[in-house]
Parts: sequence; C-alpha cells; structure tokens
Amino acid sequence: MVVMTILTCISYVPDTAAKIGVTADGSGLELGGAKYILNPYDEFAIEEALLQRERHGGRVVALTVGSDAAKEILRTALAMGADSAAIIAATGLDSFGVAANIAAYANAINASLVLLGRQSIDHDSFQMASTVGALLGIPAISVVSKLDIEGDRVRAERDIEGGKEVLEATLPLVVSVQKGINNPRYPKLPEIMKAKSKPIESVEPVAVSPRAAMVRYQVPQLKRANKILGDSDADITEFVRLLHEEAKVI
Amino acid sequence: MSTIAVFIERRGGAIKRAALEAITAARFHADRVIALELGSDVDGLLAAYGVHEVVSIEHALLERYSSQAVAEAIAQWAKSRQVATLFFGATAMGKELAPRVAVHLEAAYVPDCVELAASDGHLDAVRPLYAGKVRATVRPLTERAVYSLRPNMFTARPAEQPSTPEFSTFTPSLSQEQCRVVVTEIVRNEGKLDVLEADIVVSGGRGMKGPEHFVLIEELAAVLGGAVGASRAVVDAGWRPHSEQVGQTGKTVSPNLYLACGISGAVQHLAGMSSSKVIAAINKDKDAPIFKVADYGIVGDVFEVIPKLIERIRALKQSSAS
Repeated sequence: MVVMTILTCISYVPDTAAKIGVTADGSGLELGGAKYILNPYDEFAIEEALLQRERHGGRVVALTVGSDAAKEILRTALAMGADSAAIIAATGLDSFGVAANIAAYANAINASLVLLGRQSIDHDSFQMASTVGALLGIPAISVVSKLDIEGDRVRAERDIEGGKEVLEATLPLVVSVQKGINNPRYPKLPEIMKAKSKPIESVEPVAVSPRAAMVRYQVPQLKRANKILGDSDADITEFVRLLHEEAKVI
Repeated sequence: MSTIAVFIERRGGAIKRAALEAITAARFHADRVIALELGSDVDGLLAAYGVHEVVSIEHALLERYSSQAVAEAIAQWAKSRQVATLFFGATAMGKELAPRVAVHLEAAYVPDCVELAASDGHLDAVRPLYAGKVRATVRPLTERAVYSLRPNMFTARPAEQPSTPEFSTFTPSLSQEQCRVVVTEIVRNEGKLDVLEADIVVSGGRGMKGPEHFVLIEELAAVLGGAVGASRAVVDAGWRPHSEQVGQTGKTVSPNLYLACGISGAVQHLAGMSSSKVIAAINKDKDAPIFKVADYGIVGDVFEVIPKLIERIRALKQSSAS
C-alpha cells in the first residue's frame, strides 16, 4: 500500500476575546493589538491527523496560508508530532483564494486525506472543506465527530440538526472536524524545543482572482430593550408580562 | 429579468423552514423564483410561497444522498438554464452543499447571510464575522453567486397570491466517481427538540450548580415548548451533551427567544446566540455580561426564580388556551 499523506490545514486567527473594531469610514477592520492563536478547531484536525497516522502509518504535513507570523502555529503542529510543515506566504486572499492555494498544495503532495477544523473563528463560514474538495474533484465531509478509515474506505459521523448522519466514502477525501472527535494532546517541552529548529517549507502562492469582496464593515448596533429587573414576585410577574405582551415571544 | 433558484431541503418529506425563508427572500430580489427539488415530491406549499417553477432533479445515483453528486447535479442544471443566483438555507446540509455548487459554477460563495441588499446591480449580503463582533457587507465579484441564508433571520411568508408553478424534471449526467460519499444512515435524537430548530431555547450554565438541577431548565423549556441549551462550561463538565452546546465551539442559534439561566455570557457564548430575536437572562450577578446583550433580565437566584417562572408561564398558557 502507498504511504498515506495526511495534510492538515490550520489557520492563525485573533483570539476569541480580541477586540475587533471598524475604521471610521467602515472600509476596514481594526485588529491592532489582537493576540493571534491557532484556530481552536484546527487542534482537533492536527490531533486527528496524528491519530490516523498512528493507526495507518504515513506522514502528516501541516499547512497554513498567511503571514510569516503564522509560522508559530506550524511550530505547534510540529511539536504535537507533524512530520513536516509548509507555509503559503499570502495575505489578503478571499476564502476562495485560500481554498485554491490549499487545493494546489494538496495536489502537489498527493494528499489522500485533508483534515481541517470545521470553521475558523475569524470568518466562521464552514466552507473550506467543501470548497477544497470540489476544487480537487474529491468528496468532502464537514463537521465530522467520528472518523474510521480502513484501507481506502471511510466511515464518518457528522452532526446535523437534531441528530447525526452516518456517511461512507472512499479516499482521497477532505474532512472538517468537530469538537469531540478527539482530545488534542499538549506538546511536551522537549518537542516544543525541537520544533523550533525544524525547517518550514515556503511555498509560492498561486495567483487566483478573488470571487467576493468585503466592501464595508460595521459594528452591530445593540438594539436591546435592556430591561433588567429584580427577583421580587412582582418583578417575575412583570418579566413574564414583558415576554408575552411586549416581546410577544411566549 | 432576474431569476433566483432556491434549493428545497426537506426532512422526513416536509420542506424545512429555512427553504421557505430563502424563497421569501428570493421573491424580494427576483422576478422569477425556481424551487430546486431532489426527487419529485409535490407540495402545495411551493405554490403558496409564490414559486414560479419547480424543478425536480432526478437520477438513479441520487437515491442515497451524496453532497458530491447533488452539488454536481445542481451546477449542471444552473449552467443549462443560465441561472446565476442560487440560495440555500445555511443548515448543516446547505452549508456543506452550497460552497461546492459555487466551485462548480465558478461563482462567489457568500455564506451565512443575515441581510440581503441590492445595490448597483449587485446583490450584496451582510454577514457576521469574528463571532458577531463585526458585520461585513460582502459583494460577489463574479457573474454567478451562491448564498446561504442563516436560519430564522429572514421571515418565511407566503405570497400574497399563490402561484401556479410550472413543473419539470432535470436528469443530470452523473458517474459513480461523483458519488464517492453517501449518507447511509440518519440517527435522530428522538423526542428532543434541537436548539438549532427551536423557536425558544432555554439554556443553563454553571450557575445551575450541578447536572441534577437541569430538571428545572428542562421543565422551563417544556412549558415554553422550547429546546434545552447549555453553555460550554457545563458541557465540558459532562453535565450536558455536546449537541446542546450553544456558543462558538457549539451551535450558533437565532431563536425568537433565548433565555439564559445561570450563564454569565462569555464572549464565546455570545458568539452563538447574539443574533437571537429576543434575549432574556436570569443571573444572580447583576454585572454578568449577559445582561449587556439582554432585552429582559432578572437579577436573582435561578433556584428561586425558575420555579416561580414555570408556575406563571403555565398559568399564562392555561389562561390563553381557555
């Protein structure tokens, strides 16, 4: 059997707690001072890649698309156990541009399994697995909470409204993973130290025309009634009245 | 003349509300709305919603649902009819399918729209970014565009005049290689309303103090006809299943009423519920961040307040029923 190449795609995103602002003219975002982290869902993708390698052999390649600073998360992936890491140095791409670059790299290394987090917490769009899969002409399964591989046959479970779907597929395949699929390991200090000196491959980006543009940004205006009451019997009665008569939701 | 095609998602034969919402939104932005069906269910609802045409996509290889094959089929149809704009509900199915269709059509994909606005011949969409902290107006730069619409953000409303839709069948050209993924089984959480589909969500957090106290949340949800949700803290503690988790690592919900009980309102939680129509909260800490985003709040002990709330809501339901 050929050695399985598992590509795990990870992104470098502002911490959830980061303050995100909009420039005065609404044309751009103000991310100044935001702390950047490994996208939380991508930890599950890295861990799943390592677990599948433990079961089936092969190698794990970690990839990110972004600025030089994003190398930090590739070091995390290497410390967790990825065999190699690559960065496509490109910024300002739209989602399609990122997907096109991931697909080109997956093709170049002949990846048989591409693993991603179900969403990146900056744009929350859940689209990367499907887009990369379609570009590669292979199937994709998103929001996966269980992944079993035997030979080239795959059985997966994915979360849907009110339950889950069981799917069957064959490799090559793109999978986005969900919290609960595994428990990501913490890299140990010696591995963290070793990862610091491992080479990171730099890949030339593929030029792609953007398909969508963010033309304006705004901070959502909170139009909340904000009627905060106490806990007296009269207040509880009033709370129910407000929900019933004013908000008309009960 | 502009045309928008809307993918009709069904569950157990019934059209999902997200599809009806998408049809309603499409009526505002197009002269002609085409409903795209998998299989040939005939449904009077589509006429009531003013759809001009119903297309059934049929193929022997589509007997078992395959996102790969369905995306291919929809794209073939859209090309054959030169339809440039497609709407999907941003459901589990829609979010997986729509980006694939977009790739096949070399179209922009605009995910999770909460507003749509025509502007200079473009159909722009507003969508939340960074856990809802910012909203962006997204403009497709391509001739074709595929949108997914966040459920419960657009109102589903029948047309003023029902239509008499034309019916046709489309048979795509598919190979086995295009069906390399199939759904083999769907496991339902029986008897439990999902937070993603409920009009009312009652969520409990760490303030509930232990899994045994969630009976209060369950009873409150039951009397309101809503679903039970949970914060990340209580899911991580093993008190509640992950399927109930609302927030960034759980589900993003926008019900008509979101009632947070004993939830402080960390930014990760707000990310999952801040687009709810009405937000109410019960928390004993008057400075809890949840109150900043709440329409209605009670500063008090959940163990004292919830039983009284259940009693009053039950009385209200009984008086309005009689």
